[in-house]
Amino acid sequence: MSKLEITDLQVSVETEDGPKQILKGVTLTINDGETHAIMGPNGSGKSTLAYSIAGHPKYTITGGTVTLDGQDVLAMSVDERARAGLFLAMQYPVEVPGVSVSNFLRTAKTAIDGEAPKLRTWVKDVNAALEQLNLDPTFGTRNVNEGFSGGEKKRHEIAQLELLNPQVAILDETDSGLDIDALKVVSEGVNRFRSQEGKGVLLITHYTRILRYITPDFVHVFVDGRIAEQGGPELADQLEAEGYDKYTKAASV
Amino acid sequence: MTVTDSVRSALEVDKVESHLHPQGSFDVASHVVPTGREEIWRFTPLKRLKGLHADAEFQPSATACTWNTPAGVRVEGVDGDEARALRGVSGLVPNTRFAARVLAEVPSTLLVDVPDDADVTEPVVVELAGSDAGVTEAGHVVLRFGRHSRATVVLNHTGHASMAQVVEVVVGDGAQASVISLQDWADDAVHLTHHQTLVGRDATYKHVAVSFGGDVVRMDTNVTYDGPGGSAELLGLYFADAGQHIEHRLFADHDAPRTKSNVMYKGALQGQGAHTVWVGNVLIRKVAEGIETYEENRNLVLSDGCQADSVPNLEIETGEIEGAGHASATARFDDEQLFYLRARGIDDKEARRLVVHGFFNDLIRRIGVPSIEGQLMSTVEAELAKNVLRDV
Repeated sequence: MSKLEITDLQVSVETEDGPKQILKGVTLTINDGETHAIMGPNGSGKSTLAYSIAGHPKYTITGGTVTLDGQDVLAMSVDERARAGLFLAMQYPVEVPGVSVSNFLRTAKTAIDGEAPKLRTWVKDVNAALEQLNLDPTFGTRNVNEGFSGGEKKRHEIAQLELLNPQVAILDETDSGLDIDALKVVSEGVNRFRSQEGKGVLLITHYTRILRYITPDFVHVFVDGRIAEQGGPELADQLEAEGYDKYTKAASV
Repeated sequence: MTVTDSVRSALEVDKVESHLHPQGSFDVASHVVPTGREEIWRFTPLKRLKGLHADAEFQPSATACTWNTPAGVRVEGVDGDEARALRGVSGLVPNTRFAARVLAEVPSTLLVDVPDDADVTEPVVVELAGSDAGVTEAGHVVLRFGRHSRATVVLNHTGHASMAQVVEVVVGDGAQASVISLQDWADDAVHLTHHQTLVGRDATYKHVAVSFGGDVVRMDTNVTYDGPGGSAELLGLYFADAGQHIEHRLFADHDAPRTKSNVMYKGALQGQGAHTVWVGNVLIRKVAEGIETYEENRNLVLSDGCQADSVPNLEIETGEIEGAGHASATARFDDEQLFYLRARGIDDKEARRLVVHGFFNDLIRRIGVPSIEGQLMSTVEAELAKNVLRDV
């Protein structure tokens, strides 16, 4: 059971010309087991929403609340948010030189669970997760994200999603830059995750094609730092046919 | 005189004028006492050297020297004519007063002699355990690796000492030699040392400098080549705490064709007044066609009040080279790395610990002596406990 509730969230970033407001009051509730897609043009603030929820220090919360099952997420440190059950699959995963994937995964799992995983089952779980995402068994010995192809980075993010198994997953443009095969593999991973009881997904994307593989319960159109329209999966088809023009024009008036 | 020697002396006509490698001399009187304004001394805190750079008396040693002797290897303190014959055996012509004094004044030499064709799997470990930093002393060490031999020598410096030292290394043709020098001194130690290596034809040489302890440690590491095809990998790892000065100066003198040098030094600094210096000099002489060189220094600054100086110098006298490059970077913790790790539930301290271990890991893995690799991992951990992992 998990419920992520975002209420009137306002976020700004420091720029050379002073603080600039990016999110202008976002309200969104992801109930138990729901998958929400957020779609919008570049620069609309989609990624800011993802990183703000995860607690990136670059973003300043100027108003609103975020709660996970009633707990105040904004009062938590970055790692506390992850331990509370939030997961962010990043658009640009960061290289960590000298730290192997297997060491990283074990350290993260230990942190999330509060105890070291049982060695035998853990090795089996890691190998299975890597294999399902078409990652080579030697992948574990490589340094985190170092020299990974774009596709490998995204598949590695989803392997982490499956192994850490959070309550709510935020996927920030996980589909961008993937070829069709990789997109299928990644989507299957996300679907395995959300087939479990009560898992929430916030899927942020620029394109509709991933929604052919991951069917959302709700679609939100995100323009200029707020939600401009919401609906069911059919809204994605409409966006596919018509694009974002009518929303961006409305926002600029 | 062998053919190689005559070629060598012919090449000496090809002099290069540069402040990076002033003309050396065995004559102590020709080296004036440095004032600190000289290019090669400008970073070093001379006042803390206890006169080792100048005219401090070389007193009877207060450092216990012990070693193991794997089968087939000769390890011995030698003196008299044999010791004299070993002065400059690496081609060293001192360019500092202290090195000239060590060669002229120290009566004995610690010799590690690996015979031709010997394949010695067990590392030769020489323990130098100092007992009194109030005693100024000096030592001369010669490590000789015979033709086509394969061996590893470890010099482990611990305890309290004020030591001027010259280590000369001769790597025979086709040999595979590793020299690892650990400066794991107590806080009051002063160590001024010059490592000079002559890399034989088609030989492979690995030199690893690991400096953690001591008040002041300065190591000059020079490499020249005794023929084409030689390869030198110069690795270094250092960790400076509050008030410590750790300085590594490297000089790869490509004086033969198709030779290689690869330098990688990584350091971390923490605490008020921690100061590290890395100077990487590479000279590619006219004769040294088809060589490859790359040098890299990375510093990780873990707290305020530290200073990391990093100076790569590359002088090229021929255009006919395979590759030459250098890189230098000094940075604090990368916020994006920490965010990534913390977004996976890893707390701040553990994330910093992972990043620092990761920073050194790649280098430690290249050392090639498992017992030392393990020891270094724990040393890094102990250093981290002083600052990064400390509860504030």
